[in-house]
Amino acid sequence: MKILVCIKQVPQKDAPLKLNESGTWIREDVSYEVNEPDAYALEEALRQKEKHGGEVVVITAGPARSQQVLREALAKGADRAIHLEDDKFVQLDSANTARAIAAAVAEENFDLIVTGLQSDDFGAAQTGVLLAEILGLPHATIIIGIEKTDSGLHLKRELEAGHYQFIDMPTPAVLTIQSGINKLRYASLIGIKQAKNKPLRKVAWAEVEPKFSKNLQQIERLYIPVKQKKTEMIDGPAAEVARKVTEYLKNTARVI
Amino acid sequence: MADTILVVAEQREGKLNRVSFETISAAQAISKETGWPVEVVLAGSGIGSLAQELAGKAVGRVYALEAPSLAAYTSDAYVFALKHFIREKQPKLVLFPHTYQVRDFAPRLALALDRTLISDSIGYKYENGKLLFTRQMFQGKFAADVSFAGDGPWLATIQIGAFRGDQAEAGSASVENVTAAGAESAPRVTPHEVFQEAKQAVDLSQSEVIVAVGRGIKEQKNLALAEELAKALGGEVAASRPICDNGWLPLERQIGSSGQTVAPKLYVALGISGAIQHIVGMKGSRTIVAINKDPEAPIFEIADVGVVGNLFDVVPALTEEIKKAKA
Repeated sequence: MKILVCIKQVPQKDAPLKLNESGTWIREDVSYEVNEPDAYALEEALRQKEKHGGEVVVITAGPARSQQVLREALAKGADRAIHLEDDKFVQLDSANTARAIAAAVAEENFDLIVTGLQSDDFGAAQTGVLLAEILGLPHATIIIGIEKTDSGLHLKRELEAGHYQFIDMPTPAVLTIQSGINKLRYASLIGIKQAKNKPLRKVAWAEVEPKFSKNLQQIERLYIPVKQKKTEMIDGPAAEVARKVTEYLKNTARVI
Repeated sequence: MADTILVVAEQREGKLNRVSFETISAAQAISKETGWPVEVVLAGSGIGSLAQELAGKAVGRVYALEAPSLAAYTSDAYVFALKHFIREKQPKLVLFPHTYQVRDFAPRLALALDRTLISDSIGYKYENGKLLFTRQMFQGKFAADVSFAGDGPWLATIQIGAFRGDQAEAGSASVENVTAAGAESAPRVTPHEVFQEAKQAVDLSQSEVIVAVGRGIKEQKNLALAEELAKALGGEVAASRPICDNGWLPLERQIGSSGQTVAPKLYVALGISGAIQHIVGMKGSRTIVAINKDPEAPIFEIADVGVVGNLFDVVPALTEEIKKAKA
């Protein structure tokens, strides 16, 4: 199988985020990592390749710093990488991001395209599904099991509240992958060495821009959420904190 | 045609998804400010009685959009049927509940209509004639107000729990049966039966006290801390998704959109940052205590009591205090 994995670089989970001066985006001077569900998508692609042969290609859209997630993917075993490189990709909407990816891989015929079910920054959960629509391919979302069959794919789809569903679909197809579908691997030392010599193709904004449509939605402002509850913050040494929390539970909340 | 709000209600296997009423509630609130009347559409096959149930709310009309191809959900059939229906009705705004099913087809539907979808909104604002939807960003650390550019129909999904379904205004609407446009080809995805994994041994929704752990617990062996606290409080141990993904606790103890939804008297969140997917499963809890090392963690926004600190120090001390208080 020839597999494309769409990955994204997002701020690290516990990175302290600050608003920029105009209140339209975060300050970019933070640490970044690969979007977690995308890491599971990559792992699944590598496992499918190990079982059935083929090729794994990783793609990302983002500034120069996001090359890091491509290098990590190559070190884990991806065969080559494509970098849609420009600062402007950071705030691009889901539909145009999908158009950019579609344009960058127009010459390739992938059997399978996988990506995480959503990103930890925007969390729109749309890019994968939109990519399928643009490419005219069938898709399935929130996939937690993949089995290749003679005629296509046998998939386990997660539904809400502990429910699941098996579905069958033909390839080529686009899947969005749920975290926890597999166990992530670490890159080996030899893998990290080899990654340096693997091909990485850069695609400029100008090359894909003709495919864009007008951004149909606009972030007007970004802000720290208004608190929904009055929270009683308790600090001090552990013993004192424990005593105060217990008092609250006993006298105010009356749960013990 | 006058501007309307169309709510796309959801059913699965002949059962109405109750979150449809939350979306109706959101639509009614927006309608009060904009003056746009609310209509509802339900897609499926043999759904007359479900449409009647929706018609018990204060909405202008309920459409039962029926076709045999809509009996079992597939994105292809839903996108095709709703695309034609929406093109014909030309509503100004189309609202969906942000369910897994909607996430599967709504982005594609928006693009097929040459429009956009604002997903997972937690609220709206109507400012000087401009409609904005508020959504969480960066795992709930920030909120964004997002506007639509261009003409309607505008599409948006509403986060589960953001509006109260039981507060949807009652009324009496007429039901109109509509035969859905037939697709020229069969759906490409073949769905099979919906099922649950082995029967759940614990029903956390019945627990009065839940001690839940997240990534901050760091290692599996540290779960003992949570177990001891739960034991002292007479409660159950639960977890956010990453803990269950790691196999440290069984999936049946996962709280959140993909796991169980709970509303205990007391919910203690240990090392849980409070990502949206977790919050939706527990924000109905009566008292929420959060212990986290990150003062910016979104869990503190919904907590009644917040402790910024090292859970490895605080939890053992708290367990001892609880034991003393209960003795």
